[in-house]
Amino acid sequence: MPRTGVAAKALALAGIVLTALFAGACSRPVPPDPRAEAGRVTVSGEITVFAASSLTEAFREIGAGFEAANPGTRLNLNFGGSSTLRAQLEQGARADVFASADEVQMSLAVKAGVTASDPAVFARNRLVIVTPRGNPRQIASLEDLGRPGVKLLLTAPGVPIGQYTLDLFDRAARAPGFGTDFRARAEANVVSREENVRQLVAKVQLGEADAGVCYATDVTPSVRDQLTVIQIPDGLQVSSAYPLAPTRGSNPVGGQAFAAYVLSPAGQAVLQRWGFLPP
Amino acid sequence: MASGPAPLNRARTTRIPWWASAPSTLLVVFLILPLAGLLLRAANLDAMVRALGRPVVLDALRLSLLTTLAVLVLSVVLGSPLALLLARSRGPLATAVDTLVDLPIVLPPAVAGIALLLTLGRRGVLGGVLSVFGVEIPFTTGAVVLAELFVAAPFYVRAARSGFLAVPAEVEDAARVDGASPWQVFRAVSVPLAAPSLLGGAVLCWARALGEFGATIMFAGSFQGRTQTMPLAIYAALESDLDAAVATSVLLLLAALAVLLFLRFVTRGATTPLHRS
Repeated sequence: MPRTGVAAKALALAGIVLTALFAGACSRPVPPDPRAEAGRVTVSGEITVFAASSLTEAFREIGAGFEAANPGTRLNLNFGGSSTLRAQLEQGARADVFASADEVQMSLAVKAGVTASDPAVFARNRLVIVTPRGNPRQIASLEDLGRPGVKLLLTAPGVPIGQYTLDLFDRAARAPGFGTDFRARAEANVVSREENVRQLVAKVQLGEADAGVCYATDVTPSVRDQLTVIQIPDGLQVSSAYPLAPTRGSNPVGGQAFAAYVLSPAGQAVLQRWGFLPP
Repeated sequence: MASGPAPLNRARTTRIPWWASAPSTLLVVFLILPLAGLLLRAANLDAMVRALGRPVVLDALRLSLLTTLAVLVLSVVLGSPLALLLARSRGPLATAVDTLVDLPIVLPPAVAGIALLLTLGRRGVLGGVLSVFGVEIPFTTGAVVLAELFVAAPFYVRAARSGFLAVPAEVEDAARVDGASPWQVFRAVSVPLAAPSLLGGAVLCWARALGEFGATIMFAGSFQGRTQTMPLAIYAALESDLDAAVATSVLLLLAALAVLLFLRFVTRGATTPLHRS
């Protein structure tokens, strides 16, 4: 069988080539930076940041400021549901910084060993109710989310805000006036559990649902005109902390520098301009 | 290496272009490797069986079977007449319809999802009228069926049209001369002769509906038991229950394999005589 022999050799050769290509593409070694050894750490190169969807606008602006302050760096911002990002990191996605919308996903990431140093809370957020412009279902308060016939959007329970919202319903059920079955009534109104909060906002904006619960910061200038916002009383608010940590990526120096920048007065000013509360 | 020139008297001998083997192997390995990786992760059969028993997986399975069956019936019932019309018509209108019907095949599903939302959504062109009568489509199982139908039906129509085109006009004419009504001609002549294409198209259509993700998640949302089909369940489970995601993926992989084997079987049937009675 001479032809089988050739085919087998070709297969082996292709296997070797493929492995080499794959290894080359995946393990980019970090070149030792001579200037770092000289004592002055210089930040350069590409820095990959995995951040919760709710941070989209604020981190884009912070990123632009960081790049301007550190010439030679390029930020690669990747936004998604915190739980999705955490799962991707655990499955081997390489990032230099992880910014989560809650402490649960961050502690799971820490436990999985993907972080490079301790996380720090850099911002807080609060929840609001959004309805399509004009509020066609006349949702006046949190209580109305339990009214029969209201089409309510939540995020999946694995996504931080999905859990915060359920916590909010639980707290309301214990508060006077809501009734102990409030969470059950509200959950019965849920028509979809969206995978991230920005999808939820977009569908409320299109008028497909009567109401949804999102972060105050999701009501950005680009959607503000098309939504009606209903506040949630302070006594029921669920405090949501945003932690970030450098992760085991290919640019540890860059990751540390970006994390520090977010916590610096410059980064904090941007976050507060986008509606985040200080840590 | 005894691969000298092939003997000339052997009629069907083809020269194998050996230089192509290295790049070919590279691509084949690349295409197979991820599937092997998936199966390797699923090798823990105990965990897989347990994962398949979870309500989220069972609900997704039930919903996927239900909706794709509905899509199959709708595609055959509405698509067969359309395919026949397209196969028998000439002129610019037929060409235009023909092209438009094929459009969803090449359209990104996300585009289909947003188009459906803007048309059949509560504030959509058509959905706005419907909602006056209390009919609201988004976030319902009906929305899942519509999203799947939109992306999958063209696969059936396309195959059925080629099937009807291949039916010789003389055979249909002969039946007509013998006094068969148009419906009888369709049922007793055109459909049996085009059967392999119709079957193949139906299976492709079903497979496309089963795999539908983008249009569904945009138009129907994701709710267990109501709109969360198997691909959506995989997406949702990835971050909370990897075993369930893997088990569901393996099920879909097996379904895809079954579809290909069936298509092989059907197209082989096409080369053998169809008339047995």
